[in-house]
Amino acid sequence: MTISTARLARRRATDVVFKIFCVVVTALALIALAAILWSLLTKGIGGLNLDVFTRSTPAPGSRGGLANAIVGSIAMCVLAMVMALTVGLLAGTWLAEYGGRSAYGGVIRFLNDVLLSAPSILVGLFVYEILVAPFHSFSGLAGAVALAMLAVPVIVRTTEDVLLLQAATLREAGVALGAPLSFVIRTILWRSAQSSLLTGALLAFARISGETAPLLFTALNNQFFSLDLRHPTANLPVVIFNFALSAYDDWRRLAWAGALLIAGTVLAVTVVARIVAQEQRRS
Amino acid sequence: MRRPRPRGALVALVFEWVCCGAATLLLVALGWLLVSLVVGGWPALHKFGFGFLTTATWNPVTEVYGAAGPIVGTLVTAALALIISLPIAGGVAFFLTELCPAPLRRPIGTAVELLAGIPSIVYGMWGLFVFAPLFSQYVQLPMMTAAAPDSLLEKLTTGIPNGSGILSASIILAIMILPFMAATLRELLLTVPAAVRESAYGLGATTAEVVMSVTLPYVRTGAIGAVMLGLGRALGETMAVTFIIGNSHRFPKSLFDSGSTIASTIANEFTEASTPMHTAALVALGLVLFVITFIVLGLARLMLRNQVAKA
Repeated sequence: MTISTARLARRRATDVVFKIFCVVVTALALIALAAILWSLLTKGIGGLNLDVFTRSTPAPGSRGGLANAIVGSIAMCVLAMVMALTVGLLAGTWLAEYGGRSAYGGVIRFLNDVLLSAPSILVGLFVYEILVAPFHSFSGLAGAVALAMLAVPVIVRTTEDVLLLQAATLREAGVALGAPLSFVIRTILWRSAQSSLLTGALLAFARISGETAPLLFTALNNQFFSLDLRHPTANLPVVIFNFALSAYDDWRRLAWAGALLIAGTVLAVTVVARIVAQEQRRS
Repeated sequence: MRRPRPRGALVALVFEWVCCGAATLLLVALGWLLVSLVVGGWPALHKFGFGFLTTATWNPVTEVYGAAGPIVGTLVTAALALIISLPIAGGVAFFLTELCPAPLRRPIGTAVELLAGIPSIVYGMWGLFVFAPLFSQYVQLPMMTAAAPDSLLEKLTTGIPNGSGILSASIILAIMILPFMAATLRELLLTVPAAVRESAYGLGATTAEVVMSVTLPYVRTGAIGAVMLGLGRALGETMAVTFIIGNSHRFPKSLFDSGSTIASTIANEFTEASTPMHTAALVALGLVLFVITFIVLGLARLMLRNQVAKA
């Protein structure tokens, strides 16, 4: 009897220690992450003003903003998303509707999963080797291709998951009316899944909009406003990287403002994606 | 006479082939990536042979390249980040699935998932400008003064106490992979059937016992997969590390010593590489990183898939 109460006491003590540990580390984690957001907000807000959106990146000490970098980033991200959506939607559809159960489909799915978390700097190296070195020029186009390579796996994954969730009766109903499977996919399945597909696209966009490493040696940077993606193109992440590591206070302020812009965009896009997904679940 | 094929059948066939082509593009991209890294890095690999992996001289002036410093830096920072991050991520996941009051569950869970999406450059900047000064003042200096001469602690803490270095980089990496691992672990724990958990409680098990002997073993394979996915991220992370590791190619001698990782070396030097051999050496470094992460990520995915198949 005494032994079993002692044992019970020990078990209870372990349990209390375990619970305290869980609560403490959760608090610690939330504090650390809140601290990051807090410094981002306090240091970034100070640098945000109209100049940031209307003027190009300055020389140290002179007046300027991030307009060229913002526009360059948007142009590259949009181009990357167009490429990634085309390839990703078709590849995801193939995995879900055609070859997903074959051995080849298994290989493709595995490679996609690996690409999903592959180091982004390797994608940068690869695009440098195939699009920058042969043409002897950094270009926004190369940057967009690198970003697209990072977005494709996300879109493939969500497209496949979403299409597999669509009711089998939808497909059967379409095929029973005499429509070929490809017609059913394009006019019925894609349409019924469109808001989930949108969620996937938004998540992919959030993923690439803050990527820095693959742009360092593909898009490089450009001090001037330009929409010509055949040449080096200014973009927010690389400008932030260069300015943050510089010795000038005004450059660092701009870097924080840029970081706040990027993080804000990513968070906003993610939140919208979640809302879209929830609407879908409700309807 | 055979009936001619309807036009729609041709469209259907073309559509299927286009889809299959898009899927094949993934295979082509990954294969081409590997080939281009091998081809680009070949001059360095050919010249230095196996010594490329085992020597630590990295000298662009004399054109001698040995990658042991960055390779060890990559492995050490990723391992340390995992050691720091794993218990915390586990604690957060257990808290969210077992202990957290119901009204807080969704907000905290959502916050953790949102934070997993913050770009790594933000973590890097925070590390350099906010974390490093505090770390230098409250951790590095006290530890260095507390270390007795010739003790193990002294060996581990030699270096310049400026807040950057191997340990700082590991901590920033740990903070960065924490939300990701916590969110994945939480999702896995939520797949444990309620009946399994409730029967354990019904037998009189405490919360600690339920987690440690019932729910965690239930998702064991998947949990290992999630951890390795986190490790894969830490291995390949560029921006969070580049800011704070100190960027020297020496073999790191202590926790506070400055070092470099494969990714940070490539990020710092690639656009400034002046000779073909320097570029080749950096691409060869990329190849090493590719091989390491491919193995880790491949294993992680296989484990996660088995878990999903079981659930």
